[in-house]
Amino acid sequence: MIAFFIKRLFQAIIVMFVISLISFSIQDNLGDPLREMVGQSVSEAERQALRDEMGLNDPFLIQYGRFLGNVLQGDLGTSYFFKEPALEVILKKMPATLELVFGATIIIVLFSVPLGVYSAIKPFSWFSRVVMGVSIVGISVPVFLTAIGLIYLFAIELGWMPSYGRGDTVDMFWGWDSGLFTLDGLHHLILPSFTLASIMLPLFIRLIRSEMMEVLQSEYVKFAWAKGLHSRRIYFLHALKNTMLPVITVGGVQIGTMVAYTILTETVFQWPGMGFLFLEAVNRVDTPLIVAYLIVVGAVFVVTNTIVDLIYGLVNPTVKLAGK
Amino acid sequence: MALLEVKNLEVSFGLRSGEVKALRNISFNLDRGERLGLVGESGAGKSVLGFSILNLISRPGRISAGEIWFDGQNLANLSAEGIRAIRGNRISMIFQDPMMTLNPVLTIGQQMVECLQAHRKISFDAAKTIAVQKLKQVYIPSPETRFDQYPHELSGGMRQRIVIAIALLLDPDIIIADEPTTALDVTIQAEIMELMVELCERNNVALILITHDLGVVSQATQKTIVMYAGRIIEQGPTKEIINDAQHPYTQGLMNALPQMAIPGQRLNQIRGAMPPLQRIPTGCAFNPRCDYAEEACKRELPTFTRSGNCQVACHMVAAMRKAEQTQEGV
Repeated sequence: MIAFFIKRLFQAIIVMFVISLISFSIQDNLGDPLREMVGQSVSEAERQALRDEMGLNDPFLIQYGRFLGNVLQGDLGTSYFFKEPALEVILKKMPATLELVFGATIIIVLFSVPLGVYSAIKPFSWFSRVVMGVSIVGISVPVFLTAIGLIYLFAIELGWMPSYGRGDTVDMFWGWDSGLFTLDGLHHLILPSFTLASIMLPLFIRLIRSEMMEVLQSEYVKFAWAKGLHSRRIYFLHALKNTMLPVITVGGVQIGTMVAYTILTETVFQWPGMGFLFLEAVNRVDTPLIVAYLIVVGAVFVVTNTIVDLIYGLVNPTVKLAGK
Repeated sequence: MALLEVKNLEVSFGLRSGEVKALRNISFNLDRGERLGLVGESGAGKSVLGFSILNLISRPGRISAGEIWFDGQNLANLSAEGIRAIRGNRISMIFQDPMMTLNPVLTIGQQMVECLQAHRKISFDAAKTIAVQKLKQVYIPSPETRFDQYPHELSGGMRQRIVIAIALLLDPDIIIADEPTTALDVTIQAEIMELMVELCERNNVALILITHDLGVVSQATQKTIVMYAGRIIEQGPTKEIINDAQHPYTQGLMNALPQMAIPGQRLNQIRGAMPPLQRIPTGCAFNPRCDYAEEACKRELPTFTRSGNCQVACHMVAAMRKAEQTQEGV
């Protein structure tokens, strides 16, 4: 277990190093930060002097080294727009995004497992056919269209749901403001969560279905029938546990991807999270904020993948975490 | 009364191209403690027959006619719960490949205890005691340790022993073993076969041994059924069939055994291959491959003729027996 952690930590450092290099190259090539920082009245000579002072004229590697040094001390630069440390700006918005991803994940787990399993056990029933048909539509329709459709139907026509924002939040700890503990917050979470889930849910239903159908054909499931076990135990223990192995792997990658997809969902719903912030930062050419976003999202990817590998090791006995 | 009585069993598979009959007119008896060998080439229907006894044929296959009498019940039209209570309890199965038979994500212990708990109200500890005792019976060293291990931690021979232990868990009346040694190392094969015969004899369990290895059948069984293209073509005491096969197909199988060949000589084989189920020839299904086939063989399906203690479905054998009888009559 410890060996596994050390190995993963080492991998994580390499991954984060690559991400930081890419993010910094983007910053280096994304326009002139001085144009955003100083007004029209500053002369070219003064600008040059300021550039020298900020080290913007140094060679790329020296600038990168300085950037890396700062990053290691938790300093990802200062946002040009907010005039605050970029990391703090991002982290303030992170709870909103994580709660949105959490909501979507709950929806995906709650629906994909029963629907996938059912349509694998009874592939010819009309309900399975409907699920399969709808899931194709779900995969094909882009997120922003789903979002607008849901807003139109549930917020405007029916008036059941709020159409934008996070609603009431409560301050938890370390400045984490949460919408999960107020009715209004949960109410606001429903539509964005479904929107975000709409891309991944059909994928997972189909993945679980096809994996499960394959597992149901296996010799060990046939043997389980021959042992006279109850069908419930065969489907939900013998078959499902084996079905979930590849699903967990895909799921881990997809949770990371979902953080990225929040950009679209948050924009349509005016959800005050990292994705919405990122889009604003791009519009304002707020490069430190863009870089900070990329690094934070990269870190989220690395952390979720490590957790997923841990879970995988718990489910699959043939994987020994301490091994090698 | 026989322990198991199969009468005119027919199994069909509903395919897009139409219904295909995988088994036709299968009838045989099995007595308590009797060991029966089921032989034939691949595709003869041996495995389908084995699985159909427990109604385990998967869609689109189904039992389309016939009866399977066991303990006063007709297994062919028992309710789902009724047949479940028989499976693994009164009649259990052993599969071909022990590498695939055990669930990779559950421990040996879980897979044994669940079987006991599916059929009896029994606590985990009591079930564990029985499981460990059965593991000892199949000569698994340090059974308590194995109980908590996963299948991938054990060798193929060891896994097949565990599958046998699972089959024996509830002291069944019949074990159906579908090529139990085919996937094993040659040296392990003999060991496993010996173990199965020993355990069946000791516990008075009847065995249906599905195999294409006539050597195994001759050593392990008392009765043999030879199948071809979904039908029984010859059945009787194993000794008679091995020493004096009547049906040209059985003779062909016997001649194809390697130990009968002189070193350096080409192995005998039956020419041609078994026809696919959709294109079974009229008359005797074996006629295109048979050296003795005559006109009648291509037209009419042969019925069973008594020959010694055997039943043989062959026109030629029928003609020979008839000739003998008329000679005796004169």
